[in-house]
Amino acid sequence: MGSSILFKGLVLLTAALIFVPLAKRLYLGSILGYLVAGIIIGPYGLGIMGADNHELRQFAEFGVIMMLFLIGLELEPGSLRRLKRFILGAGLLQFSLTTLLTGGMFFLFGFSINASLAAGLGISMSSTALVLPTMKEKGIEHSPSGEAALSVLLTQDVAVIPVLALLPLLASQSSPSPLPGWLHTLSIFAAIGVVLISGKFVFVPFLRFIARSNLRELLTAGALFIVFSTALFMEVVGVSPALGTFLAGVVLAGSEFRHQLESDIEPFKGILLGLFFISIGAVINFASIAIMPGKIAGMMLAIFFLKSSVLFMSGMVGRLSLDQNLLFTVSLTQVGEFAFVLFTFMNRLLMIEKSWLDALLFITALSMMVTPISIFLAERFITRHMNLVEKGEREPKVEYQSNPVLIAGFGPFGSTIGRFLKANGVEATILDNDPDRVELLRKMGFKAFFGDATRLEVLRAAGIEEARVLIAAIGDWPINAELIAKARKVFPHLTILARVAHPVQAYELVEKGEENIYRETLDTSVRLGVDCLVKLGHRRYSAYRSAQKFLKYDEEAIKVLAGTRHDEDTHILAAKELIRIQEKLLMRDRAYNPTLNDHAWDSRTREGNE
Amino acid sequence: MKKILIIFAHPRFENSRVHRALIANVSNLEGVTIDDLYEEYADFNVDVEREKGRLLDHDVIVWQFPLYLYAPPALLKHWFELVIDFGWAYGKGGGKIRGKTALVCVTTGGSRSSFAPDGHHRYDLREFLRPLEQVAYLCGMYYLPPFVVHGTYRLTEEELKKEANLYRQVMKKLSQGVPLHESYRYDRLNEWVTGKDG
Repeated sequence: MGSSILFKGLVLLTAALIFVPLAKRLYLGSILGYLVAGIIIGPYGLGIMGADNHELRQFAEFGVIMMLFLIGLELEPGSLRRLKRFILGAGLLQFSLTTLLTGGMFFLFGFSINASLAAGLGISMSSTALVLPTMKEKGIEHSPSGEAALSVLLTQDVAVIPVLALLPLLASQSSPSPLPGWLHTLSIFAAIGVVLISGKFVFVPFLRFIARSNLRELLTAGALFIVFSTALFMEVVGVSPALGTFLAGVVLAGSEFRHQLESDIEPFKGILLGLFFISIGAVINFASIAIMPGKIAGMMLAIFFLKSSVLFMSGMVGRLSLDQNLLFTVSLTQVGEFAFVLFTFMNRLLMIEKSWLDALLFITALSMMVTPISIFLAERFITRHMNLVEKGEREPKVEYQSNPVLIAGFGPFGSTIGRFLKANGVEATILDNDPDRVELLRKMGFKAFFGDATRLEVLRAAGIEEARVLIAAIGDWPINAELIAKARKVFPHLTILARVAHPVQAYELVEKGEENIYRETLDTSVRLGVDCLVKLGHRRYSAYRSAQKFLKYDEEAIKVLAGTRHDEDTHILAAKELIRIQEKLLMRDRAYNPTLNDHAWDSRTREGNE
Repeated sequence: MKKILIIFAHPRFENSRVHRALIANVSNLEGVTIDDLYEEYADFNVDVEREKGRLLDHDVIVWQFPLYLYAPPALLKHWFELVIDFGWAYGKGGGKIRGKTALVCVTTGGSRSSFAPDGHHRYDLREFLRPLEQVAYLCGMYYLPPFVVHGTYRLTEEELKKEANLYRQVMKKLSQGVPLHESYRYDRLNEWVTGKDG
């Protein structure tokens, strides 16, 4: 048993590296893998890590904090509005009814009224961190059951705020805090207010300021700074730090930095979540469970029964079909990660004893462990015996949140495209790396996000997987080229419309097999040429026809010349190459006659024909 | 004093000797507006409201064009489809250009005798203009006989000058607002001013 932090880190990583791929192989999802890894290295497995291991606890707490920040960040006001009907109906019903019923059950087990209510609140929570990724992994997040599950989870996530705030009130008789319960509650509300207000007036301007420096890692650091500072602030005020970071996430969810932050924290998120689940596996106290196995088993069965019946009822209220309702119920029956936070908080407020805390933590952990398996089985069973899930998936979604077009780069070039599309009723999602511009666009009602479009996570977060067309309109050619190459490789379904500045860039794309290439100055120059001809006395229609033909001819020329590019020295400078290309184009032009084959209206060809 | 609108459609005006002469002879007349479609709407993006406004502003509407494969040029057809609107020019709520005078000024390479049952083109020229005539009728306009320049490839400078002058006289007469029933006696409006039957 090593004591150095390096050794412990190594153990954690080893456990994760062995069990997570194994669980994935068995189609059980990564979360189960982390939990099992935790049990194995925990005091009741190999005993490498003790349950009272201080560092592990700290890791776990940090994991919870980060996870809640991410959950808050994903709590998009848009989806709240979109799913309003379901949230107000089935979501609230599930939450209140489960709280009441399980609270009643705890009362029967001998809890005080207040403790019963508090425990009921904890039990009614399902696991956002577990269910959403699992549903995404299985590709059912947009099915009716997926949407319903999302609504219920959103309701619970939002409910966490008042629940954590009101908990000290319920604990009033025995609170360890020097303040009376009501004052404690008041201070919590004040703290929430401070976080929400400073979110809008401090965090977002702060991030904008950082974003202007154009250093990607600084934005990550800024986000982490916000997370840590709110967590610390909340702890000082005596509120759960997790609540603070959750709120910080909620505030930033509505800002233009959402996608960028999500993708910046994404790599950490997986690891931290993994640590969180490992620590849960490790803290399950099998010893205290052994003391009262009957009681715990009974309680567990009662909780599962109550939770799933209420969920099924909520599904019926939400008018889910039978198969979708079954999947929905099975997905959400577990007790979620918020329960860990709530139960620990309750224990700190001296509302429940340590032995009950262990029991509740065990129940929660076990239910979370079972979930991936039960979703897996339920989905198998339903698709095999009812064969209805796929039908639900294929139904066209009316309220689909992502746009068919993604515009990367919203300078003068991209913005004209966006305006034109909008004028024709086509909504586009916009990605740009100028924070001021993004802010302006959002004010004007565009769906604009700040982010680096060459990063796959940013593209995914902006909905590229659902988009049909990607407009690569970034002015900086190397970045635009990288975006095109990546998008072509990773998202082959996309139609890519590419902006290029000059022929050399067009050649590069032609060689890579791109077909929709747009030289940014071509049409404008030709239009100017038309006007010049008109000023010189040419008929506008003739000039216009000639311009149309010229555009076509020019596109052909680029394609033909692209093939001959490598016949020569491949190492010439780009600037030199451009001159050479222009020379070749001019040579070709000499043989080009714009009015060739356009003599229909030329009376001279007719003379003597009559 | 009647106001005349010449809706002129020629895709290669710069190469048309005859139309250049015709237009040159009437463009400086008082009360005559020339609406040069291929110059104004080279991209076929006809400004419908503007065109409707012009129709309302004038009393006599002339469609001037070269006949090509027995029909007007594409942009003029396009113009009809866009401007002669149901519910505006005709149909329920229409009738906005009712009572105006309408005529066609057309040029063709074919001689007058070739436009006959025993000729190369098998029908009289006016048969090929029936769709335009019927549009005018549909809109409640008075449709006059056409002004026609035949055999454009063989016209001498002398003959062309004569035709262009006739066109000017027709426009003058129309702008004076003289009674029009007389013109119906003639097959071509050219003869209305010379007073002799073709």
